[in-house]
Amino acid sequence: MSGFLAIVRRELKLALRQGSDASTVLMFYVVVVALFPLGVGPEPDVLERISGGVVWIGALLAALLSLDRLFQPDLEDGSLDLLVLAPWPLEFLVLAKCLAHWLVTGLPIMVISPLLGLLLHMQPEAYFSLLAAMALGTPVLSLIGAVGATLVLGARRSGVLVSLLVLPLTIPVLIFGVAAVEAAAIGQSPQPHLMLLGALLLAALPLCPWAAAAALRQAVA
Amino acid sequence: MHWFANPARFMRIAETVQPWIAGLAVLCIAAGLYYGLVISPADYQQGETVRIMYVHVPAAWMSLFIYTILALASGVFLIWKHPLADIAARAAAPIGAAFTAMALITGALWGQPMWGTWWVWDARLTSVLILFFLYLGYMALVNAFDEPEHGARAGAILALVGVINVPIIKFSVDWWNTLHQPASLTRLDASAIDPAMLVPLLLMAAGFKLYFLAVLVIRMRTLLTARRIRALHMVE
Repeated sequence: MSGFLAIVRRELKLALRQGSDASTVLMFYVVVVALFPLGVGPEPDVLERISGGVVWIGALLAALLSLDRLFQPDLEDGSLDLLVLAPWPLEFLVLAKCLAHWLVTGLPIMVISPLLGLLLHMQPEAYFSLLAAMALGTPVLSLIGAVGATLVLGARRSGVLVSLLVLPLTIPVLIFGVAAVEAAAIGQSPQPHLMLLGALLLAALPLCPWAAAAALRQAVA
Repeated sequence: MHWFANPARFMRIAETVQPWIAGLAVLCIAAGLYYGLVISPADYQQGETVRIMYVHVPAAWMSLFIYTILALASGVFLIWKHPLADIAARAAAPIGAAFTAMALITGALWGQPMWGTWWVWDARLTSVLILFFLYLGYMALVNAFDEPEHGARAGAILALVGVINVPIIKFSVDWWNTLHQPASLTRLDASAIDPAMLVPLLLMAAGFKLYFLAVLVIRMRTLLTARRIRALHMVE
């Protein structure tokens, strides 16, 4: 357990001291969302209709953008070899990395998303449901992203490749995340969609670190 | 299975078996096409367009079948490290992607006259589209590494992760209310399809499976030979 916390602390320190990485992801998120009113026109009712989807797609792309920071620097400077040699299961390492990744990208994305919803004229009733859906959905994005990030370690053009691998797998998160927001916006209960998102999180929590650890083993072998 | 995993033995067996499979595939597809396009009756509702089914449905079955083969081969490769399993997975992926594309395209051609639209975002169509992207992702990942061994292992893990999509596609028409009709063949009670249409459908399905086998064997032999040539180059 102390090893787990040590890795989380190390990742957070690295992220905070390099500073720009985490804030770049947030800026990217805001810019992507801000492009939509320019693209589809500024009519409030159109924006209100698509706001849930736009916010979620922005979050998806922003989470994707930061995936190459997850394992690639450690592979390049050699610290990944030491982490793999450490006396705890690799699954724990992946889980700690995912937690740190979520704290640095997923959590800020989640916190800022109601603000972006406001810019897109989202119904006020949907804010709580958006926050809840993001709280359940963004950790899944980090977990699935870790699988993709470990699979492309050492590959050529890994940045493009990781998007091709990860995006299809994140579609369920997108579907249920948007459905939760839209249900709340038209006055229905978002509960079933939130429960499905929770189920996705519970399934990803043990399975993704397992797959990512297998990929990590072959990457450093 | 371990007995067949010897590449040299596989090459010998494949050489003798391949013409027979290819011949049978041609026979089955020819018979299925003749039966489906000429003999079988037009549908009382859909008219002549029902004949798209004889290509669309077997192609869709193949897309799932080949992905299952791909995942099984990947599992075998990860567990027993048989080089032939990796070759089989690599060889199967483009064929599977082609069948998935065929299912999507014939589906669009069929959907246009029947549903009045080329494409709807319903669960079955979307999940098959994801399957197509999984195939493409697998192919891109396997070829993205400088050493083929590395790509093989990464691809195998990805193939196993993607297996989660197979039951979703299979049961999407039961779980969600979709425009796509539910399965009419694999029901516990009698099949909901008339024998006059069932016969060409099954003939085409058998033909597609044999065609897959024939192409798979050709591709596996090519990949094995390519690997041997590369090894010889390295010796020099």
